[in-house]
Amino acid sequence: MTTRRIISVLMENESGALARVVGLFAQRGYNIDSLTVAPTEDATLSRMTLVTQASDQVIEQITKQLHKLIEVVKLIDLSEGVHVERELLLVKVRAAGAQREEVKRTADIFRGQVIDVTPNTYTIQVAGNSDKLDAFLGALAQASVLEVVRSGVSGISRGEKTLSL
Amino acid sequence: MTEIKEQTESKPKEKPPMLSGGQMLMRALKDEGVKYLYGYPGGAVLHIYDALHNQDAVQHILVRHEQAATHMADAYARATGKPGVVLVTSGPGATNAITGIATAYMDSIPMVVITGQVMSHLIGDDAFQETDMMGISRPIVKHNMSVRNPADIPAMVKKAFYIASSGRPGPVVLDIPKDMTMPNERFPYVYPKEVRMRSYNPVAKGHAGQIRKAVNLLLQAKRPMIYSGGGVILGGASDLLTQLVQKLGHPVTNTLMGLGAYPGGDDQFIGMLGMHGTYEANMAMHNADVIIAIGARFDDRVTNNTTKFCPHAKIIHIDIDPTSISKTVRADIPIVGPVKSVLKEMLKAIDESKLEVDQEALRLWWSQINEWRGRHGGRYNTDDSQMMKPQFVIEAMWRATGGNAFVTSDVGQHQMYAAQYYRFNKPNRWINSGGLGTMGFGLPAAMGVALSYPDEDVVCVTGEGSIQMNIQELSTCKQYNLPVKILNLNNGYLGMVKQWQDMNYESRYSNSYMDSLPDFVRLAEAYGHVGMRIEKPSDLEPALKEAFAMKDRLVFLDVLVDPKEHVYPMQVAGGAMCDMFLSKTERT
Repeated sequence: MTTRRIISVLMENESGALARVVGLFAQRGYNIDSLTVAPTEDATLSRMTLVTQASDQVIEQITKQLHKLIEVVKLIDLSEGVHVERELLLVKVRAAGAQREEVKRTADIFRGQVIDVTPNTYTIQVAGNSDKLDAFLGALAQASVLEVVRSGVSGISRGEKTLSL
Repeated sequence: MTEIKEQTESKPKEKPPMLSGGQMLMRALKDEGVKYLYGYPGGAVLHIYDALHNQDAVQHILVRHEQAATHMADAYARATGKPGVVLVTSGPGATNAITGIATAYMDSIPMVVITGQVMSHLIGDDAFQETDMMGISRPIVKHNMSVRNPADIPAMVKKAFYIASSGRPGPVVLDIPKDMTMPNERFPYVYPKEVRMRSYNPVAKGHAGQIRKAVNLLLQAKRPMIYSGGGVILGGASDLLTQLVQKLGHPVTNTLMGLGAYPGGDDQFIGMLGMHGTYEANMAMHNADVIIAIGARFDDRVTNNTTKFCPHAKIIHIDIDPTSISKTVRADIPIVGPVKSVLKEMLKAIDESKLEVDQEALRLWWSQINEWRGRHGGRYNTDDSQMMKPQFVIEAMWRATGGNAFVTSDVGQHQMYAAQYYRFNKPNRWINSGGLGTMGFGLPAAMGVALSYPDEDVVCVTGEGSIQMNIQELSTCKQYNLPVKILNLNNGYLGMVKQWQDMNYESRYSNSYMDSLPDFVRLAEAYGHVGMRIEKPSDLEPALKEAFAMKDRLVFLDVLVDPKEHVYPMQVAGGAMCDMFLSKTERT
């Protein structure tokens, strides 16, 4: 049985480190649902959040294999404990005439914000967990969606637990 | 982030010498204690080769193909335990080294491979002899690094050696763009004393609680098996393994990579296990109630079908690499740590334990194992053909060398015969490509050993297929006077391919026959060596005697063997450990 896991990785902010992680997944046949990476408050470190679906045994291998990469400093499987996850969605929607109000109302329900406007379109930003973003996209009329960009998941543990040096 | 400690000396501080990148590299290799550098020059490494020319601490060995340089360095590491070092140029030099790097990676061999690269401002432009060595080598190295500032060279060399030889060893590639080695740009040279990395800290000790649990389980076992692998040899723990086996009185089996870790002639050794393991080792594994895996990784050539693997056994697994544990077979008691320190702790825990070995159960277990021993016991047909049997050749070579030679091999039937019929008394003497299965490994490997052990017998067991994959190295052997003995089991076929075609493809020999073989005797002579062709069994022993008496000559023994012979036992694909073919007509 496979489950969805969110793995957070703290690694050296060096060229090639990202390629090593991506290469590892490709080489060993693990799947990546999403991946985000950016430097942390300490510019020598990057933090990566990976979402994957796998069995417990494969997850164990994934975390061990990641840890084995020389540039990986620390990692945590966020889904093992309570955590917060967020993803950012930007969507450009056709919004003309009667549709315009309907789109705006739907965005409001999902606490989305209109961040760019033309006479015929809205660009809407929504943040939340991935299910919420899926639901928002589902609520928009299919034909009206012109372009979708999702950031992939970022996550952090709840409470005082941290992933840091 | 790497913290590098500079050498601090109590003397009044001398000004560090000002050296070019190429000179710093050579100086760093010297400070690392490197004796041999195996390589091949080319455009991107010419500055380095010039720096090499002006020093005499490190001896360069010029091969005829870069693949051979990597295998030489690899075998040097396998025999001596120290990392082997390679220097090749960019582009084709680097790609030719890839097979050797992958070979070392699969068998966890410490190696530092220095590859040239085009000038840094040309990287990405598809420049002449440019190839993305960082990208190409990434999946087959323990780590790789690219030099971006010449001043970093000493620290990066230190780091490369540290990573290659600590923890689970492996190859490290250091890619150096040509402009990092400019003769006119000089930098203060200081070789760091040690390396500390926040992201890399190999485990130094096994978990004490897990070790106690493992000892309790071992002492209560009724049908125990000790299954040890290449990790015991790499970890320098053969003596400790031997002590453990003898203290417990348990049977021990070695993997292909672990042969020699326990004396092959001892009664408690029940042979190699796995696809071509002995009948008794595979039967004992299948019926064991406790298995302790020591520095072994449950490779598919050992386990056969993992869902049918050793159904009655509780498994203790000691390995330095956490990813090896529960990768293919679930461990009941995992112990992550260096084999040496874990075994030491274990021996202590056994002495302190209130439990004792169940001698009665063990007696019954041994009588069962001895019964299995009698069933096959490494026998082979000797009467159905006039031709020499390859097993007979290995046995004769074993007798001629007293079980003490360094034996390297290529890949195929001859490799399995050597593993089965040469009983190794000592570790680090059986040198073969177990993980990657690289044909062409044997000759350069033997050269790497011969260079470091000029007074020992070094034999390359090979076949007429494999030897031709790096035969050009006969020339290197002449240049450096490497008196390797090549034992060519010549059956005119790619024997292992033919065996599989016999067993699975109704003997349709698709491309497994080698036509137009060279006259190996004259070929050896053309390179300045001695060649012998042996066709009759009665000629074998005298020929071996004569060959081994020529201490300073390379002798190529071209031995004609029976092409019909198959390697047995052989596990049945998809079956359990105990499912084996024992001969062309018998199956368990």
